[in-house]
Amino acid sequence: MKITLPLALAGIMTTGWAIQAHAEGYITLASTTSTENSGLFDTILPLFEQATDIEVRVVAVGTGQAFEIARRGDADSLLVHDTAGEKAFVENGYATERADVMVNDFVLIGPASDPAGIADAQSAAEAFADIAEAELPFASRGDDSGTHRAELRLWENADVTPEGDWYRELGSGMGPALNTAAAMDAYVMSDRATWVAFENPQNLTLLFEGDDVLFNQYGSLLLSEARHPHLKHDLAKQWHQWLLSEDGQQAIANFEVGGQQLFFPNAQ
Amino acid sequence: MPQETNVFFVALSLLLSGDAALMSIVALSLKVSLIAVLASAMLGFPLGAAVALWRFPGRGAVVVALNALMGLPPVVAGLCVYLLLSRAGPLGEWGLLFTPTAMVIAQVVLVLPILAALSRQKVEELLGEYREQFVSLGMSRLRMMPTLLWDARFALLTVLLAGFGRASAEVGAVMMVGGNIDGVTRVMTTAIVLETSKGNLPLALGLGIVLLTLVMLINAAAYVIGEMARRRMG
Repeated sequence: MKITLPLALAGIMTTGWAIQAHAEGYITLASTTSTENSGLFDTILPLFEQATDIEVRVVAVGTGQAFEIARRGDADSLLVHDTAGEKAFVENGYATERADVMVNDFVLIGPASDPAGIADAQSAAEAFADIAEAELPFASRGDDSGTHRAELRLWENADVTPEGDWYRELGSGMGPALNTAAAMDAYVMSDRATWVAFENPQNLTLLFEGDDVLFNQYGSLLLSEARHPHLKHDLAKQWHQWLLSEDGQQAIANFEVGGQQLFFPNAQ
Repeated sequence: MPQETNVFFVALSLLLSGDAALMSIVALSLKVSLIAVLASAMLGFPLGAAVALWRFPGRGAVVVALNALMGLPPVVAGLCVYLLLSRAGPLGEWGLLFTPTAMVIAQVVLVLPILAALSRQKVEELLGEYREQFVSLGMSRLRMMPTLLWDARFALLTVLLAGFGRASAEVGAVMMVGGNIDGVTRVMTTAIVLETSKGNLPLALGLGIVLLTLVMLINAAAYVIGEMARRRMG
């Protein structure tokens, strides 16, 4: 016992350092939960790693937090979905370049009985107005994520100030928000990727989709070398360019869940 | 990963499958928490004993602070370590954020107060028993420290397990400073959060049972070692 314990500890220590020593050619990518939770990265990252020998380590958080991580210089690259925020990020000098990578769309989810009748709505604005008018429970992300920011714009579109008992700000990620909405039979807006890959829908179903305002653009950003010289800009640039390349765009198009394509490449 | 709704079946097949990804997550969980607990013990036990032995101004405040920090919310510890290790923070140069080392540091912040506060109490109790003997032997406080720690070892083993429980169970701190990166900083608790957020509740609960089993095994091992040692020493 006296010998084995230190030995075991030594083993634990050395494997610990081994993990870190292995990490030469890698970048840290701050991205959103929708890309991670849907399984997109599991499909496209191995292809990128094969092509370039660069490992991509994904920190999947809300878009607001992803911006913050990049702002502090803790990530080499950024892939998020808040075009207005991304452009401001470039203007403020944190990033030097932003490019469209792919789109998917937001969908409105709700209880199958659809008490607000949003399935018949002609537009997203009408659907949102219906929910507000009926004052039926709506679960909002409330976490300053890309989806939350888009949702707030859609309420504005519908001329509704979302407040009251029915409007529940959860302050959580997309998956937890769907879990909560399922538990309280609430309406909720989700990106399509997370919804399709979600495995605990209970009574929830997709009720409204297809309006152009529900378009969800993802962008890749090259972070500023001047502001954060310590970042792995060369490797990050290869990642950025691969995403926009024919190979990267094809890899995104090939990703499917249950036979359904979830992200549509649209790099120019 | 299995698509099953019976969580016990999921847990069992997870355990039996020897799935490489799961094994590396389990190994990292154990590694991070064990190193954190050992580092905390090396700092915390002497610290606790010192506070028990020496009388100095502000000692009461130190005792209260150590006791209060036992309840430090993991997410606060995580946030502090995050700000410390972030590139924009004072130790940013080290580039430790989103590494297992950062997770160890965060867990040390959580575990150290528990080990220090509880060992302070145990040592103080023992000191009450031993004081007269120590005085008659004319021992210095510095010499008392190892004696007291050694004689309190069985109680301290339990303290160590409490610290390990805290480390292996928390998710807020390791999520924040580790980033839950697949294959690099993903541990049992952050994997459970991830699977829950995907709505894969059976797998999440299955992972929870695996974690619980591990913690149980470690506690059982500690119990057996403690009993064996106790018997041998009489």
